[in-house]
Amino acid sequence: MIVDRVASYGGQLHQFAVPKTLSRRSFLQVGAAASGGLVLSLSLPLPDSEAEAAEAGSFVPNAFIRIDSDGQIVLTMPYVEMGQGTYTSIPMLIAEELEVDLKQVQVEHAPPNEKLYANPLLGVQATGNSNAIRGAWQPLREAGAVARIMLVAAAAKRWNVDPTSCRAQSGEVLHSPTGRRGTFGELAADAARVPIPENVALKPPQDFKLIGTPAKRLDTPAKVNGTALYGIDVRPPGVKIATLAQSPVFGGRVKSVDDSAAKAVKGVRQIVRLDDAVAVVADHMGAAKKGLAALTIEWDDGPHSKLDTADIASELEQATLGSGPVAQNIGDVDKALASAATKVEAIYQVPFLAHATMEPMNCTVHVRPDGCEVWVGSQAIARCQAAAAKVTGLPLDKVVAHNHLIGGGFGRRLESDGVARAVEIAKQVDGPVKVVWSREEDIQHDMYRPYWVDRLTAGLDEKGMPIAWSNRYAGSSIIARWLPPGFKNGLDPDSTEGAINLVYALPNLHVEYVRVEPPGIPTAFWRSVGPSHNVYVTESFMDELAAAAKRDAVAYRRALLDQSPRAKGVLDLAAEKAGWGQPLPQRVGRGVSLQFVFGTYMAQVAEVEVAKDGTVRVRRVVCAVDCGIPVNPDTIQAQIQSAIIFGITAALYGDITLKNGRVEQTNFDSYQMLRMNEAPAIEVHIVQNFEPPGGMGECGTSAIVPAVANAIFAATGKRLRKMPVDIAALKEPT
Amino acid sequence: MAFTIKVNGNTHNVEVDGDTPLLWVLRDVLGMTGTKFGCGMALCGACTVHIDGAPTRSCITPIEIIGKSEITTIEAIGATAAGVKIQKAWLDQEVPQCGYCQSGQIMSAAALLASNPHPSDTDIDDAMSGNICRCGTYVRIREAIKQAAQTNG
Repeated sequence: MIVDRVASYGGQLHQFAVPKTLSRRSFLQVGAAASGGLVLSLSLPLPDSEAEAAEAGSFVPNAFIRIDSDGQIVLTMPYVEMGQGTYTSIPMLIAEELEVDLKQVQVEHAPPNEKLYANPLLGVQATGNSNAIRGAWQPLREAGAVARIMLVAAAAKRWNVDPTSCRAQSGEVLHSPTGRRGTFGELAADAARVPIPENVALKPPQDFKLIGTPAKRLDTPAKVNGTALYGIDVRPPGVKIATLAQSPVFGGRVKSVDDSAAKAVKGVRQIVRLDDAVAVVADHMGAAKKGLAALTIEWDDGPHSKLDTADIASELEQATLGSGPVAQNIGDVDKALASAATKVEAIYQVPFLAHATMEPMNCTVHVRPDGCEVWVGSQAIARCQAAAAKVTGLPLDKVVAHNHLIGGGFGRRLESDGVARAVEIAKQVDGPVKVVWSREEDIQHDMYRPYWVDRLTAGLDEKGMPIAWSNRYAGSSIIARWLPPGFKNGLDPDSTEGAINLVYALPNLHVEYVRVEPPGIPTAFWRSVGPSHNVYVTESFMDELAAAAKRDAVAYRRALLDQSPRAKGVLDLAAEKAGWGQPLPQRVGRGVSLQFVFGTYMAQVAEVEVAKDGTVRVRRVVCAVDCGIPVNPDTIQAQIQSAIIFGITAALYGDITLKNGRVEQTNFDSYQMLRMNEAPAIEVHIVQNFEPPGGMGECGTSAIVPAVANAIFAATGKRLRKMPVDIAALKEPT
Repeated sequence: MAFTIKVNGNTHNVEVDGDTPLLWVLRDVLGMTGTKFGCGMALCGACTVHIDGAPTRSCITPIEIIGKSEITTIEAIGATAAGVKIQKAWLDQEVPQCGYCQSGQIMSAAALLASNPHPSDTDIDDAMSGNICRCGTYVRIREAIKQAAQTNG
């Protein structure tokens, strides 16, 4: 089985288990490449406790490192680049131990192959959950070290010298006493025949030369001159362009179509009618859009034609009055509440949110009788392949799926609904067709960050410190749909992250999650997902407790952090750098947030100005982050800047609403994005330590929303328990 | 209708309706995919090109009004003095993330720098706030424009 999978590389294989002292769940195989080089196959697991479930011995490689005879090092890995810098930071791990320059490592997208490239724990080939560096940290460095030792051994054998007298440097093995040197390329074939080293010592972090330095992104040059190729840019010969109108109400159907005017539009080639959508196929998008506008479509709106967001919110709120599975329990909350000096109660809610990736949804498909080809930018390419196979009825091996650069993922491109839709259209088209969603279609037929409602109660002792914390919240579980095995006993790790295992020492805590799937609107992952909701609620409520206790928001949190020195560290750092406590003008306030999610500790302080008319401007954000060892500090800074802008956009503007079953927002006028003139100054302070790395892509988003809400409270005294910010509520009374 | 347009110094004949937005002529007819589609309503700036040096949203610019004007796209902006400075600053400051909006950002920034060699923060806000970046690279865009301006004497 294993030999089959790596057969394309040819040569013999040795099974190899890294000694327990290194990592008991890292496995590696070494073999000779057909091209005469060296191949290492390895398995990149998830980094968290679920990884413990990985069974020793069930080696399924999902990443390959090939050292060619010309010295080129090629890494094929399951993670995709979507702007998060993973194509730069992941090769750093190999290059560090292999002793090569970063530019010698070339990264390739893994082709779709769920068996070969799946995350062994998820069983899915996907990039998400901020887990690339977390998962790759140990195994990729081990692989680099193993390869280096084998290359050195090959050189020593060739020169008939003691391996300990040789060393690797910049892609070569050197023998200083004699001045002999050999490139990795020259030695690769010999190295493949060297016995695998039994003991591999990894560099102590103090000796890192690459890790921890700000490395230049490898994918940047093509992104400044128009040559970077995104899914929407592919142009197979003879491709036609299609755009579409889907039922404005989820679950609705096409009743009738009058396409006579559309067919008369110059460049329009074909009208494709589906059960719940109509597409216009044309020579170019201009004609397709014009044709679509000329269609007269009558819809049967189906069962959700009267659905409003308020209906969903009230159903969720009702659900928080019932009971749900217990996500975490510490002590006895009811007893503690009964003895509390003060009780604080609140209901919080967060809205549906669209992804609004800058590259609208699109997919190019060519369906032939005996096969299907798909071109798309995806965070989960194997799912796209599977979706195309399902819609066409073709076996998986007859579907070729090409992955491309992603013009914004944020979770949207973990879904394959767009691929399925494009294939449905392409089945009726002769030749390749590129289906491009208009921005309106993209926003109105997204799969949305869920709406959640939370009911919280806390009890404070006579000094104002929390002795009881109860939280019951209701909303959609994305994991239950996307990865059913991950939803167990009514709970899943995403819906609960940020609501449980808080950094604070709370003697009595009780958290329940009630899964409620809203009708008539699909939900999906959205940058920081569960924490995007839970951290806003938890950190806003913690702020309420501090206010109820008449204590400073930082000092109050700090008093609960004796068990969590890393959390205290980032809180202190953010407060110090932000000038916490220094006076501010009227209607300007600072707000703080603190979290441990995606394996990373983060504190943020937002400085916010609320105008008399209620408009909110975030002036400055200070972020302190402890993500363990910072692999590429420049990427960490970039990801935090990015995630903060993403979160402020949501806090100030993000609100997808339904009226009569229809999404009311259409384009960037009614679904606003933060712009240059609204962007705050952002300072990122990275804690230096040698802890294993945490995730970086998402945590900045969950942290900023409560920091902004708490700053608004500091500026105005208004507690915002519902996102986005309600400007009318913040208007200064006249 | 047949139209003759000049893009990056090259003349092209295209046969489309006169109200066809330039964006689709560039991308789908001429195959120049560096210019991006974002909104179709001049709300996001991803489709920005220069028409006679002026930053223009190609998604709402009908082909019939272009006439003999010179169109410059991201593919050729590196051949202009301002463009080359902006591209270098974008690389030095490591601006792009997903990169999709950056063609439009660079076209807006290059036009700003060509007309205003030393833009203030307010000038940058005015010139760049029509370009949305969902990855939130605004902090670095501002720094990169300032860096590029420093190389102007």
